[in-house]
Amino acid sequence: MSNAPALIASTGDSLREAFGKALSALADEFPTVVVLDADIAGGTGVHHFRKSHPERLLQFGIAEQNMMAAAGGLAATGLIPVVTTFAVFCLRAVEQARLSLAYTRRNAKIVASHPGLDVGPDGGSAQALEDMAAFRAIPGMTVISPADPLEMAQATRAILEFDGPVYMRTGRSPAKRLFGDDHTFEIGKGQIIRQGHDLTIVACGVEVGRALEAAELLAEENISARVVNMPTIKPIDGELLKQCALETGAFVTAEDHNIHGGLGSAVAESLAASRPCPIEFVGVKDVFGASGEPEELAEQFGLTAPHIAAAARAALARKKHLRKKS
Amino acid sequence: MALTLRSITEDAPRTTAQTLEAELAAAAAFTRKHTIASIYHAGSGHPGGALSCADLLACLFGAELNFWPTAVDDPARDRFVLSKGHAAPALYAVGAHYGFCDAKEALQLRKLNSKFQGHPHVLDLPWVETSTGSLGQGFSVALGMAMGLKLQNIPARVYTLLGDGELQEGEVWEAAMCAAHHRLDNLCVIIDYNKLQSDNLNNVIMRLEPLAAKWRAFDWGIAEIDGHDIPEILATLRRAGVTQHRPSVIIAHTVKGKGVKYMENIPAWHGSVKLTREQAEEALESLGASRAEIKDLLDV
Repeated sequence: MSNAPALIASTGDSLREAFGKALSALADEFPTVVVLDADIAGGTGVHHFRKSHPERLLQFGIAEQNMMAAAGGLAATGLIPVVTTFAVFCLRAVEQARLSLAYTRRNAKIVASHPGLDVGPDGGSAQALEDMAAFRAIPGMTVISPADPLEMAQATRAILEFDGPVYMRTGRSPAKRLFGDDHTFEIGKGQIIRQGHDLTIVACGVEVGRALEAAELLAEENISARVVNMPTIKPIDGELLKQCALETGAFVTAEDHNIHGGLGSAVAESLAASRPCPIEFVGVKDVFGASGEPEELAEQFGLTAPHIAAAARAALARKKHLRKKS
Repeated sequence: MALTLRSITEDAPRTTAQTLEAELAAAAAFTRKHTIASIYHAGSGHPGGALSCADLLACLFGAELNFWPTAVDDPARDRFVLSKGHAAPALYAVGAHYGFCDAKEALQLRKLNSKFQGHPHVLDLPWVETSTGSLGQGFSVALGMAMGLKLQNIPARVYTLLGDGELQEGEVWEAAMCAAHHRLDNLCVIIDYNKLQSDNLNNVIMRLEPLAAKWRAFDWGIAEIDGHDIPEILATLRRAGVTQHRPSVIIAHTVKGKGVKYMENIPAWHGSVKLTREQAEEALESLGASRAEIKDLLDV
């Protein structure tokens, strides 16, 4: 935890770069870690690990199903395999992760770069908008999506310390530093990163920065929006959500993922069982992506701050309507 | 009183090849009988492909594997992965014969709260090494084990048994390419080549031939044997054990349903079937079980 800030000297690092640098820096402390690559080390950030620890970078070629299941065998011999590829190719090997990593409860980590519309110009075929839903539905699988380079470095340490299968998203685009050096990451915990009392915006990954911008926009209209960074999608921090429900009474969820099955669903499931209240979902509305720059796509598919702000107004209106009725 | 010295060679006959082969034949016979009984009690299960691999399993567990019930978590043990997980009844039976589990308990195959699920699960039975049942994955897991052992300089070997229909999974060829590329000479694949799969002949569903040529092209060491000939199986496993720089594949020609006359070479006995009492008795008779043995296996 303590050396995480030092690992991310460059604030413009993408999350994948932050992950790759952190993994390389942690390699000596975690001597049983081996990294599995399917011919895209430069894309996933593990070229840093390859450079520092070439003998522990295992090349599987463009064959993700074999790589995913082989991780189960490596883990069975006491190593900690870190499977790295693009999120969309993790989808290709979901069943291998299910049987050979989760059902067998292996201490294996899957780290997926290029999630969501953040992929950009490669287009719809390359943009995984279903990965969190698929992995979240697997029993015993922890699902994580950090928001900034510092949190990425901290989460990298956390998943290596954690015993069990994990699916973690990184990101392709240059990422802003959102958190100060005193930030801490803990699996299963969210944090209130901006106080507010009218409603709560819960976000993960690239949407956390946009949620903070949305809160600024709403403040100009005298709407006090709380922002929660929720880097662990499973297990979701139900206690924090319940607290926010009691204190703000309305929610917006924001994620670079299909609105079905990801963060929004996890929040809705949790609140439905604890403290039901109005929720609006910001995400990709059950369609595939397309080519374009990430910011252009975010605008077109409704993921930017103004869209989050609009969803916040809608959630707030529903909350007021409910209060009037009761 | 004169001291009588016992000859130190007195036990030697037990270790001769003939005695070992007789022991393995007995283990294979037990495996087949127990398989029929457990599938009868379960009311479902795949007998054909379990019977075809009984001799291979007996040779692995009875002679080849450095793997003992008292040390199933020894890091230096040899590993066996049943990639064709639907042959679970045969694995449980051979495991029971060699002391890895209880034979009576293994008759709880497929029952609620039993450790003996329809397909092997490592959290229920640690000695099965990994959970299988989705074809192709056991091979990749075995490959990962072989790689992990080499990385840690542990001189153990990894064996995995694949079905012939399983070879139609793309993942198998991903793993075949990967094992050869990484020169995993501590990995041995055994193919239970009984020529039949769930619905019909391999040749009708999806042709596998020329099979040896495929593996040769992937740069594997290859042997093609009679998968019911115990001396040949043993000799080939030994040879695979000393092959260097390349993984080994043993293409074992077998008969589906081997030992049960009415099942042999009939695809219908591949799938999950329900055996009647009469069918189970006839199968056990065909396998040479005595009346007492039949009663013992079926009336528990």
